[in-house]
Amino acid sequence: MSSLQDIPVHVAAEWGNALPVLHEIRHALERLAETGEARVIDLNAMPFGPGDEDRLLGLLGQGEIEARLDALGVTQIRETAVPGVWLVDHRNADGERLVLHVEIAEVPAILRTQAEDLRDAVAALDARLATGASPFPHRPDN
Amino acid sequence: MAHHKTLGESLRAHGVSRRGFLKFCAATASMMALPPTMTPAIAAALEQARRPSVIWLSFQECTGCTESLTRSHSPTVEDLILDVISLDYHHTLQAASGEAAEHAREVAMRENFGNYLVVVDGSLPGPDSNPGYSTIAGISNYQMLMETLEGAAAVVAVGTCAAFGGLPQANPNPTGAVAVQTLAGDKPVINVPGCPPVPMVITGVLAQYLTFGKLPEMDQYNRPLAFFGQSIHDRCYRRPFYDKGLFAETFDDEGARAGWCLYRLGCKGPSTYNACATMRWNAGTSWPVEAGHPCLGCSEPKFWDAGGFYDALSVPPGDTGSTLLAAGVSGAIIGGAAAALAKRRQKADLAERQPVKIDELEQKL
Amino acid sequence: MIDPMDFLLWTKGPMFDWAIAIFALGMLARLVEIFMLGRKPNYAEPRGGEWGPGFRTIFTRSVADAGTFQRAPFNVVIGTVWHVGFFIALLLFIPHIELIYSVLGIRWPGLPNPVVDAVTAITILAMIGALIHRLRNPVMKHISTFEDYLVWTVTFLPLITGYIAYHRMIDPYPLALGLHILAAEIFLIVLPFTKLTHMFTVFIARWYNGAIFGRKGVAS
Repeated sequence: MSSLQDIPVHVAAEWGNALPVLHEIRHALERLAETGEARVIDLNAMPFGPGDEDRLLGLLGQGEIEARLDALGVTQIRETAVPGVWLVDHRNADGERLVLHVEIAEVPAILRTQAEDLRDAVAALDARLATGASPFPHRPDN
Repeated sequence: MAHHKTLGESLRAHGVSRRGFLKFCAATASMMALPPTMTPAIAAALEQARRPSVIWLSFQECTGCTESLTRSHSPTVEDLILDVISLDYHHTLQAASGEAAEHAREVAMRENFGNYLVVVDGSLPGPDSNPGYSTIAGISNYQMLMETLEGAAAVVAVGTCAAFGGLPQANPNPTGAVAVQTLAGDKPVINVPGCPPVPMVITGVLAQYLTFGKLPEMDQYNRPLAFFGQSIHDRCYRRPFYDKGLFAETFDDEGARAGWCLYRLGCKGPSTYNACATMRWNAGTSWPVEAGHPCLGCSEPKFWDAGGFYDALSVPPGDTGSTLLAAGVSGAIIGGAAAALAKRRQKADLAERQPVKIDELEQKL
Repeated sequence: MIDPMDFLLWTKGPMFDWAIAIFALGMLARLVEIFMLGRKPNYAEPRGGEWGPGFRTIFTRSVADAGTFQRAPFNVVIGTVWHVGFFIALLLFIPHIELIYSVLGIRWPGLPNPVVDAVTAITILAMIGALIHRLRNPVMKHISTFEDYLVWTVTFLPLITGYIAYHRMIDPYPLALGLHILAAEIFLIVLPFTKLTHMFTVFIARWYNGAIFGRKGVAS
């Protein structure tokens, strides 16, 4: 595929579809600040022209946090230079993008510990306590 | 063949975590063209969903639709086959062949009677046509469809051939090809046209049916509105150029290089309803208009017979110039004849004219 | 239920051919008849040329004289606006140019779509204004016949359906476009047999007027 990308593509125009999305993000950010309501924007559903996505991501920039989720392939989660605006890039096991979300929230939902997991957590810890004869003073193997 | 486990159970059994499941649901929502806010609802529905048995029938087709399906990347086709649906019969994808293949179809039909999903790609010779035009294992397409439909919960017509007749039905339609919906009777039909359909649209429609267990909202051609609700033109990133009146006039002029609107080069985007402009092709890489080619309108009925692919949408398909000329000439002849007739009458009147003087008239009175 | 795509293909295909055929046949028959009948020979000594004054009058009569304007300013302004608007929409919209090119093989530059769109909107409003005027002015109302209203309708329909199709106000689009094409076809079919013939004869009549006056050596 690299040979295809070597062909110089002349993109003459600003397609201008990044700007409306930025405004949507701004609107969502205001709501987040006022009411605490989070919002997710699916960038796959946008009629982007060539270069629109790069322009949008370039404008949003790179923030302080980057996280990685390993489940059914890798998911990259990072905060942009705009606090409260996150990029959640879900990829499958082959590294192909499943979906790219812009999440306007204090913390992206997928980073939170899930309620279902929390219910099982005590039991899981109990199981560890039961099997490991004495977890103290030295730490368990894993 | 029995599918007792729900999808949630099956995924957990495969060691998929809750976050992984949510990721799967987010991808599914995107694939179904639903907003991300629907992810929890999809998660709840998928948790309870059971894998439906799917029988895939390929009739008068080119396998392009199956090729398209196997390029679906979200979720991968392996996911789709193994986790989401139980694809019990598909000529091209199944390992079994011959007797064993047909046996698999019969077993799937018997065990899931009333509940299985039939997917068809390709049109088929109608009941009045020579059945020999297309057969599988010695069974005519028509007979196989009717048999398989009997216990089907619904039928999904994948590709323009199955949905609208497509290429086989194009003039002069030598095999008497018909679309699936003309034979489906009262079975619910979901049409997923396209030549081929966007891979994500095929999987998206199947996922939607699986997730919510009911037919999606559809337009008057039975196309799911989630994918076919908006025209290419309305979602086209080149639309601003149409609105400004900037058009490419040839494939290599300045306008074409600058990415202007392709209307004058025959783009059928205004009359075509499909998801290409947002879902794109090849894992979201590009789509025809982005590659500089006008939309052919492949997801619309009669697209082969609707005039030249490179003629603007406003151009009539026939040879109107000759009609105009012939009618004009006939009109001129008729007009000439009428005028000649009038002149002759005038002349005759003139010849018969009997001038009368006022004195003569007065004398007569 | 009509199938929108079938409807569009019918309007673009057989119906378009019929409309074009009736239009060409009817219009040519009328024009050839008019030209062949000609006028009575004038045996008087000509005092001036015919061609020059004839063509000059085609232009001069297209502008209303001061007296006419003072008597009926509304008619002049609205009438001019919608006539000019109608021809801009008809001849300078890119899809129409493509259609004409495919039939006649000649083309010319068009206007940007938003310009044509604005002109169409103004034309539609002017035509509605003209109709209201016709209905409210006692003299106009008295002299109006069924044909006048018919001609107004068949002229108005292509404009309004074109506006609807351009703005995609009817779903699905093939239905909207089909309705517009059908409206234009009705216009074409009606044209040779009604007052709409003036689209062609108006200039012939003006030429004759100018030519007659020119021959007599007077201004027209």
